[in-house]
Amino acid sequence: MKPKLALYWASSCGGCEIAVVDIELKILDVADFFDIVFWPCLMDFKYKDIEAMQDGDITLCLFNGAIRTSENEYLAKLLRAKSKVLVAFGSCAMEGCIPALANFYDKKAILDFVYRDSPSLQEDSKGVYPETKTVMPEGEIEIPEFWNTVKTLDQVVDVDYYVPGCPPQSFQIITVIEAVIDILKNGKPLPPKGTILGAGDKTCCDECPRERKEKKIKKFYRPQEIIPDPNECLLDQGLMCMGPATRSGCDALCVKANIGCRGCYGPPPNVMDQGTKMVSALSSVIDSTDPEEIRNIIKTIADPLGTFYRFSMASSLIRRVQPKNGNNK
Amino acid sequence: MEQNKEFNPKIVAFLCNWCTYTGADLAGVSRLKSSPCVRIIRVMCSGRVDPSFVVKAFKQGADGVFIGGCHIGDCHYSEGNYKTLRRVEFMKLFLEEFGIDPRRLRLEWISASEGDKYAAKTLEFEAEIRELGPLHLVEA
Repeated sequence: MKPKLALYWASSCGGCEIAVVDIELKILDVADFFDIVFWPCLMDFKYKDIEAMQDGDITLCLFNGAIRTSENEYLAKLLRAKSKVLVAFGSCAMEGCIPALANFYDKKAILDFVYRDSPSLQEDSKGVYPETKTVMPEGEIEIPEFWNTVKTLDQVVDVDYYVPGCPPQSFQIITVIEAVIDILKNGKPLPPKGTILGAGDKTCCDECPRERKEKKIKKFYRPQEIIPDPNECLLDQGLMCMGPATRSGCDALCVKANIGCRGCYGPPPNVMDQGTKMVSALSSVIDSTDPEEIRNIIKTIADPLGTFYRFSMASSLIRRVQPKNGNNK
Repeated sequence: MEQNKEFNPKIVAFLCNWCTYTGADLAGVSRLKSSPCVRIIRVMCSGRVDPSFVVKAFKQGADGVFIGGCHIGDCHYSEGNYKTLRRVEFMKLFLEEFGIDPRRLRLEWISASEGDKYAAKTLEFEAEIRELGPLHLVEA
């Protein structure tokens, strides 16, 4: 009997699914080796088919997407129970990613904007909020409940392995899948629980071909303000680059395209918080010893928190912006 | 406030080995009254204090974080405290964006001979944190 494979998308954009299909002909090996039992993005499966399975029936589950709604959490718990190996696949499941930027606001602020204040709403639909339960002539219908805070997969269930990236690079997915097939076919031992697969163990700077001169900077620029030198370190040129606080593994994709690293591979090994690591890195390049001037240089960074935690807000130490009515102010 | 009488702030202090730690020692030897709410962690240089230490302290229940270093120009390692200065300025903005009052993080330059300054500044900081009240971080 073939090993069973499941793929699920929780709160995600579908980019991870595309990345899996993007392994080109290798996908045939996957289809050949595994029996795909659940992949809602590609084929029609029902939740009740999974519910009917025995615990541990699924050999491998690649779970992408963050936990945003009650449905996401239900599926996370269901797939955890039914899977032998559960992998947090991609940045959303691993560290929250773009959906977790919602942690800058709360449920009320988000729903108020989307259903009441958004300029794209039609006049008569302003202020119409979705209800979890609605009674219709045909009966009661139910939609999932929206959580106040976006969580990562491992904040909800036990996770065995992680594959970082937004999305994980196809060549990395190939190495992971080949390793999995090798383990299952030849009875090789599994890597230790919690291992980060399909990534390096250094920072993005290690893979970056640009030359670092350790220049100090007086101002941070936005990408549209200057034309960067293609061979010189972007941070040296005053462009925001998350390289020093990001795990290697993508082969320095963004910096090779003349744009600063976004930080999607998450914090490097032994770093507990990507954003504070970036604060530390940037504090070394700011060219000033005067508090007033330092503040002014920092102010030239557009949206520091959103930039430093673009991918890791949900897995950061603080996890969410604190409510204003709390006594933290 | 009535409830604040019960509140004993937890203050984590990262003190540099060469200046502020020795200053704190002097405050004790001189029998000066300094804040009893302070939990001191000795570091070799205030530049050793990674911003994640500050956030981790808040996360684990600190109501205030105090960083003590050598005066500018006096750093044992030449320029460690310049780095601290930049980091703390950055961290204050950072904490504010997270919705945490930046006054909960304080940086002071206290030399080895300034036991009185250490005593005064920790008491001042304790009073400020008492006024701000306990920090309750919300995760969900």
